[in-house]
Amino acid sequence: MEIPEVKRVSAVKRDYLARLAKEGKRPDGREADEYRPIKIEKNILKNAEGSARVRIGNTMVMAGVKADIGEPYPDSPEEGAMSTSAELPPIASPEFESGPPKPDAIELARVVDRGIRESGYIDMGKLCIEPGEKVWIVFIDLHVLDYDGNLFDACSLAASAALQNAILPYEKFDMGENKPLPVTSPPISCTFVKYEDFIVVDPSLDEEQIAQARFTVALDEKGDIRAIQKGLKGTFTIEEIKNIINRAQIHARKIRKLLEE
Amino acid sequence: MKDGIRIDGRKPDELRPIKIEAGVLFRAEGSCYLEWGGNKIMAAAYGPREAMPRHIQDPTKAIVNARYNMVPFSVEDRKRPGPDRRSIEISKVTSEALEGVIFTELFPRATIDVCIEVLDAEAGTRCAGITAAAVALANAGIPMRDLPVACAAGKVDGTVVLDLTSDEDKEGDADLPIAIAPRSEEILLMQMDGHLTPAEFDEALELAIKGCREVSKLQREALMNKYKTFEVE
Repeated sequence: MEIPEVKRVSAVKRDYLARLAKEGKRPDGREADEYRPIKIEKNILKNAEGSARVRIGNTMVMAGVKADIGEPYPDSPEEGAMSTSAELPPIASPEFESGPPKPDAIELARVVDRGIRESGYIDMGKLCIEPGEKVWIVFIDLHVLDYDGNLFDACSLAASAALQNAILPYEKFDMGENKPLPVTSPPISCTFVKYEDFIVVDPSLDEEQIAQARFTVALDEKGDIRAIQKGLKGTFTIEEIKNIINRAQIHARKIRKLLEE
Repeated sequence: MKDGIRIDGRKPDELRPIKIEAGVLFRAEGSCYLEWGGNKIMAAAYGPREAMPRHIQDPTKAIVNARYNMVPFSVEDRKRPGPDRRSIEISKVTSEALEGVIFTELFPRATIDVCIEVLDAEAGTRCAGITAAAVALANAGIPMRDLPVACAAGKVDGTVVLDLTSDEDKEGDADLPIAIAPRSEEILLMQMDGHLTPAEFDEALELAIKGCREVSKLQREALMNKYKTFEVE
């Protein structure tokens, strides 16, 4: 099955969205540069070292952080490690199936991972317990609960929010008091899709279903670019990409404020 | 147990605090968010829809397929994603318990899918999961002859108690989770491990059924809240 069912969309809907796009309108009445309402709830779970629930419109994602002790990688003996996984479980959409992660979920987790890793959000040097022997390994798990588009931004934001107040569980390993996870400034991810030459931020499910191309950019505090993922088979012009990055700067600043609240 | 009071301050026949909300997800046809003590559960129901692949279809009735899943960060030590033997067993007995009340013969060749996601776990997740799943099924409009409800009783320090916490479960002598169809009080699910005398078993069963009756009221309230009409000022 090459084309997941979620990508199949009726001709009526496709025509309707195309017609709206020509007038610069979106199916839910938003402006091209308008996010749906974003809601962030932090530290809501007891068993996770850090957790967050993020809603972007009807999309809902739960992120959880767990920390364990393990051996460092041989090429970075004084640094901790991190691992990001995403699940698209059948609770979140009638099209999702249970089973091992499919390419969509793997891409999602890896894009979120890159934003966090490349922005240096987790201070890996401070995760070392004994150089070459023992380091903290931070697991970020993303669990999608309701899928109405734009999982890239919802998951990235949930991961950042969950890491923000996470702890390192020293007590659990009889190594003294728990400490806050050493973090710096989070990456902010902004995702755009293009259909009918109309480029919109924060695509809803309807828009994702007919999107020809997708672009996700993760920006750091200064507005510098830390990760990019272009997706789907459509193309962007160089001008379009420069424009997207400029638009992302504005959104990222607003979202960063929400995250810091 | 001290002077008839448990480690978390409850009486032997007292439930942990329970909060139930129906219809919380956008994509699912029916859904429920439930907090039961330290458990946080999200459940959803999908269907009836065509069972795929075709060879799993039953030409006489719908199949009921519940999937119980603990998220990796729901427990003390991170759980690897995906089903383990425990989840598979719980999914099976949960499917069977729910199938006991659903009018499956109305939907030949269809499947009714139930997803139970344990987001935060603190003993008694299977009972909490079934309780949430029942509300999700009702919220999805699946025809049922009753609204299933589950609760556990057990034995701690020689006393039969209702609704064990994780410490009581670990240190305790027995755990008896049940699910019932509350109107007839027929048993839909029963599991037990530990050690109970026949007299203790009778007592525990009675206590668990009492617990089910209380939880059943909360389920009904949650559904009523979802569908109550607002008076116009």
